[in-house]
Amino acid sequence: MTEPTNAEHWILRLYIAGMTPASRTALANIRAICAEHLEGRYTLEVVDLLERPTLAEGDQIFAVPTLVRQLPPPLRKIIGDLSDTEKVVVGLDIQPAS
Amino acid sequence: MADLDATSTAPIVVGKTPSGIDGLDAIMAGGVPTGRPTLLCGGPGCGKTVLAMEFLVRGAREYGEPGLMVAFEERSQDLLQNFASMDFGLTELIDAGLLRILHIEVARNDIVESGQFTLDALRIRIEHAAREIGAKRLVVDAMDSMFSVLSSSEMLRYEVARLLEWLKEVGLTAIITSERGTAELTRNGFEAYISDCVVLLDQRITEQLSTRRLRVIKYRGSPHDRDEFPFLIDRRGFSVLPITSLDLAYAASTERVSTGVETLDEVMGGGYFRGSSVLINGKAGTGKSSLAARFSESAAARGEHCLYFALEESPAQVTRNMRSIGIDLQPALDSGRLEIAAFRPTFRGLEEHLLGVTRAVDERKPTCVVIDPITNFSSVGDSAHVKSMLARILHHLKSSGITLVLTALTPGSGTDDETETAVSSLIDTWIALEMVPVDGSRRRQLRLVKSRGMDHSTDDFELVLSSEGISIKSHGEEAS
Repeated sequence: MTEPTNAEHWILRLYIAGMTPASRTALANIRAICAEHLEGRYTLEVVDLLERPTLAEGDQIFAVPTLVRQLPPPLRKIIGDLSDTEKVVVGLDIQPAS
Repeated sequence: MADLDATSTAPIVVGKTPSGIDGLDAIMAGGVPTGRPTLLCGGPGCGKTVLAMEFLVRGAREYGEPGLMVAFEERSQDLLQNFASMDFGLTELIDAGLLRILHIEVARNDIVESGQFTLDALRIRIEHAAREIGAKRLVVDAMDSMFSVLSSSEMLRYEVARLLEWLKEVGLTAIITSERGTAELTRNGFEAYISDCVVLLDQRITEQLSTRRLRVIKYRGSPHDRDEFPFLIDRRGFSVLPITSLDLAYAASTERVSTGVETLDEVMGGGYFRGSSVLINGKAGTGKSSLAARFSESAAARGEHCLYFALEESPAQVTRNMRSIGIDLQPALDSGRLEIAAFRPTFRGLEEHLLGVTRAVDERKPTCVVIDPITNFSSVGDSAHVKSMLARILHHLKSSGITLVLTALTPGSGTDDETETAVSSLIDTWIALEMVPVDGSRRRQLRLVKSRGMDHSTDDFELVLSSEGISIKSHGEEAS
């Protein structure tokens, strides 16, 4: 298990289907989590499947919102509006900043 | 008031989409409901995916309707591999744009849940893929796997219900497969959301023989047969074996077909009726096979095509035995007008036999069929089972206008075999053969037990098998 170091750059992708209340909640939640744990070393891409339906195939998305940790590996997926912050932090395997 | 009553009790008129699957459309009075989902449930390995896939394949091939397979459990490559041994030609259909496989991977290890979600991504993917091929038919196979991965089952259930509602709105004719539950019909209660049409598949083992059954549990707004029907899966796909239309009147022919025995024809007013079924029973050595062989030989000589199912002996044995009593089947075999198909019932289940007979008949298109003997089937099933199978064979042959001769072996004990008693009600003409002691020797006796639509003689006749052929004569007549 490689522990992400501070130098590592994180690429996160949030899949949504239209800007629904759940999409907004998820977006707000992940932004807050990133601001707290990954400030300055993350890229957050938002993919609206209503506009780009074919992108759901690659990451095998079936539920929305789904947050995918593209980098660092391994790939991880978190399904839901990300309202359970602790599950998101654990699910993304974000190491507490030291 | 009367009008109101009429509308409230009138069945909902449902458009039907033929599945194209052998026998299933007959049971479902035309097919599955058009533009609506049908729930297909059953235990693991009972054939849900095969039936669902065939629905798409037949739709594409026979009705030009493109189909989308949404597969949760198997990847596209795996599905293609699994179906490679069948004649579905999936790759060709995919290349022709008539079939699309959309694999939805739901892997437990990389998924964490946090908060509210919807299945809109799934809906978007299905919608997109369906639009690309212009899908008219849809299968969602093994959606249950989402429930084993995600813990928010309440939310998931709600979302599945929404997805199914959406399916009804867009009007795709769909089959949704689901695992059978222990208490409920389906493990995840899908039947609560798909209430129009529910089909159950079942596989059970009795006396070491596996039997698969299909039952239409529910079909709102449509008549359907509520019985259980055996089904088979082979290279060509699904075959459901319906018996329902057995009560239908067959076009009764007045044309006669020679029995192959001139003197018997005379007694019967010209021979068997074309398209009727004839049972010849008797103990070993009474001449059953000889009568059946004469019938097939004369059919071939008239230029008809006869298919002879030999259930006890090989084709070579049949011809050799017949030659020993002066019947030479070789010219008929050489002309191709007589074909002998040999198989041993014990090697296969009853349903497979039924399928074997019906498919051989469909392929070879004979005008006359001999099954010699049917009693052999009783070695692979109980009497009721055998009867139901024979009823299906008879129905199939009768609806094709085929004249059928069955032989049945009466056991040595003298009591009628259960099989022949069971099938006698399905038979038009019943000929019983016996050995009777006459003046210290034993003679073969022939009796017309029953002959529908014929003014036949009820006398007993002596059946004479000689190197010059077969004949019958009334008792008292001198042997010629």
